[in-house]
Amino acid sequence: MSEEMMEEGGGGVIKKFCYINRKAPYGTIYALESLEVVLIGAAFEQDVSVVFADDGIYQLTKGQDTAGIEMKNFSPTYRALEMYDVEKLYVEKESLEERGMTADDLIVPVEVLSSAQLQDLMEDQDVVLSF
Amino acid sequence: MLLHTVNKSPFQHAALGSCLRLSKDGSAILLIEDGVYGALKGTKISSDIENAMKTKKVYALEPDIKARGVQDRVLDGITLIDYAGFVDLAAENKAVEAWL
Amino acid sequence: MKFGILVSEGPYTHQAADSAYLFTKAALEKGHEIYRIFFYHDGVNNGTRLTTPPQDERHIVNRWSELAEKHKLDLVVCVAAAQRRGIADAEEAKRNGKDGDNLAPGFRISGLGQLVEAGIQCERLVTFGD
Repeated sequence: MSEEMMEEGGGGVIKKFCYINRKAPYGTIYALESLEVVLIGAAFEQDVSVVFADDGIYQLTKGQDTAGIEMKNFSPTYRALEMYDVEKLYVEKESLEERGMTADDLIVPVEVLSSAQLQDLMEDQDVVLSF
Repeated sequence: MLLHTVNKSPFQHAALGSCLRLSKDGSAILLIEDGVYGALKGTKISSDIENAMKTKKVYALEPDIKARGVQDRVLDGITLIDYAGFVDLAAENKAVEAWL
Repeated sequence: MKFGILVSEGPYTHQAADSAYLFTKAALEKGHEIYRIFFYHDGVNNGTRLTTPPQDERHIVNRWSELAEKHKLDLVVCVAAAQRRGIADAEEAKRNGKDGDNLAPGFRISGLGQLVEAGIQCERLVTFGD
C-alpha cells in the first residue's frame, strides 16, 4: 500500500482483503462469525477473496441440516455472497482431496487452487484475516 | 513477503503443517505460544522444520520457549526473538497471516 | 508504522490475549502507532470489568484498560459478538432491557465495520486467536 493511497482516506482506498477459513462449522463459532465479517466487509468495497482450506472446506458442504442441534444452518448464506459482490471463493485442492471431496460436494461454485497457486494468491494480499 | 505465525502444537493440530504447505519460499514463519513445540530437536516433526528452513526463515518467540522449559532443545537454525523482534518482523513483512 | 490488532480469544483460557498485549506494548515501546485493537469472538470477554482474578495473577482486563489510558488506545469490542456473550455498556444494557452492564474502562462497543476499517487504515493487521 503506497502512501498516496493511504492519504486518500477510507473512501478511496481499495486493498486486497483475504479471509482464510480453516475451521469447520458448528463445533465452534468461528465459521459463522467469519462469515459475518465478510458480509459487513462487503460494504467497504474492497478487493475481497475468501479462501477455504483444511476443515474450512466443511463450511461449504452440501446437505447441512442443523435442526437436531438447535443451531441456525448458515450454509445458504455462502450462496448469497455473490449478491454482496463477494465473488472470489477459493478452495484448496489438497484439502479437498484429503477429505475425499470434490467441488461437486460444495454448496457454491468455487475455484479450486493447488497449494502452490494458493501461496501466490495469499502472497499478493494486503490484509489477511484468519478465522 | 508474508509473516506467518503458528501458535499450535504440531502434535495436536494441523496448523504448522498447513502453514508449511501454504507459505511461499522466502517467507518468514514465527512460532509462538504452543507453536514453539514445533521448534524442537528430536521430535517427529523436526525434519519437516529442517526441510522448511532450507527455503524459509523460521523464528520462535523466546519468552514462549523459556516459559515451557524447552530452551535447551531448540533446533539449530531457528532464530529466537522477543516481542520487540516480533514487532520488527511484522513491520518488515507486507502482511501477517495467523495460522489459528 | 500503523498497526491494528485483532484479538479473537478471551482472557485466561487461551494465551492469545497475553500475546496480543505483549505485542502491543512492544510495538508502542518501539514508537509504532496502534490504530485500534478489535476484540472479536470470545475476545470480547477481555472487556468485562467484572473479571476478578486472584490477586497474585495478572489482571488481563485492567492491563488493557491501563494501557489504553496511558497510550490513548482505541479498544473496540464487537457488538454482535458481545451481545451473544453478555458484554454490554450502559447504553447496550438499557437498549436490551438488562439490569446491569459490565464493559471495562477504556473499551467501547461498536460494529464489525471497525475491524474492516482497521484493515483498510492500518499498514499491518496482526491477529491473535486460537
